[in-house]
Amino acid sequence: MKAEREGRLDPLEREILNLIQQDFPLDPRPFRALAEAAGCTENEALARVKALRERGIIRRLGGVFDSQKLGFAGTLVALQAAPEKLAQIAARVSALEGVTHNYQRDHAFNLWFTLTCPTPEELAKTLATIEGWPGVEKLRSLPALRLFKIGVNFQF
Amino acid sequence: MIYMLTDLDKKIIARLQGELPLTLTPYADLARELGMAEEALLARLGEFKAQGVLRRLGAVLYHYRTGYSANGMCAWRVPPDRVEEAGQIMASFPQASHVYQRPVYPDWPYNLFTMLHGRTREELENVAREIAALTGIADYTILYSTREFKKASMRYF
Repeated sequence: MKAEREGRLDPLEREILNLIQQDFPLDPRPFRALAEAAGCTENEALARVKALRERGIIRRLGGVFDSQKLGFAGTLVALQAAPEKLAQIAARVSALEGVTHNYQRDHAFNLWFTLTCPTPEELAKTLATIEGWPGVEKLRSLPALRLFKIGVNFQF
Repeated sequence: MIYMLTDLDKKIIARLQGELPLTLTPYADLARELGMAEEALLARLGEFKAQGVLRRLGAVLYHYRTGYSANGMCAWRVPPDRVEEAGQIMASFPQASHVYQRPVYPDWPYNLFTMLHGRTREELENVAREIAALTGIADYTILYSTREFKKASMRYF
């Protein structure tokens, strides 16, 4: 199944993905710039990107912003939920607007999520609220102290 | 540093949290939508990028569908005086994304985080072993996600 999925990427698609996962050209004709780098025509580059988007291999072609520079405060939360309350707590967490990633993980801290709020005060308040929910046994806020790398550059 | 944003900046950012139009002239189309000149939009985006407000303009991939179906959060217990060096080594691995230093607690002693990606768990765990060998950090734990409750892009404005 995995091999099949990978197999569906042809060499041009791999080249295009390698290029645009890093940087989409800031150019009035970005697909022309992309085509020059990938060795195809402008229309072909656009058609391939559209097809990759439609197949769901590209989730989105857009911007990723630095929340801190926009004045927002964010953190990664490690939460230990009572097992019987986990699903309910997870649903309440997911319903929060500032939560973008929320996963159950195989650890005593069984729920991990990212939370971003417009101000540090709101972040602290939201964390205190969550800590008070029934079934929340522990909550540890793990804000980034230093960023070494963000994003992925896969070689296709 | 917090960047001072105009209302137009906020509109640009809000729009780019979504998707660029998939046309031959996406910036011209976007500029028209926002009621500004294409040159002005491109110039502003260039500034956002230079100042780090815009970390990246590009494709966000659905990794699972590209064959990288194993993803694990690998947390490392690194002596404070070795964080810088170990972090740089970890960041140099193409299979590692999101390399961060984070605070520790008595019940959570791991201070460096890497998201590791592989085609299989075995491949991913081999990467962790390679990192451990190169950094000399032997105390680490890999947390796999067993259920995804939410995965979304942040909407700031």
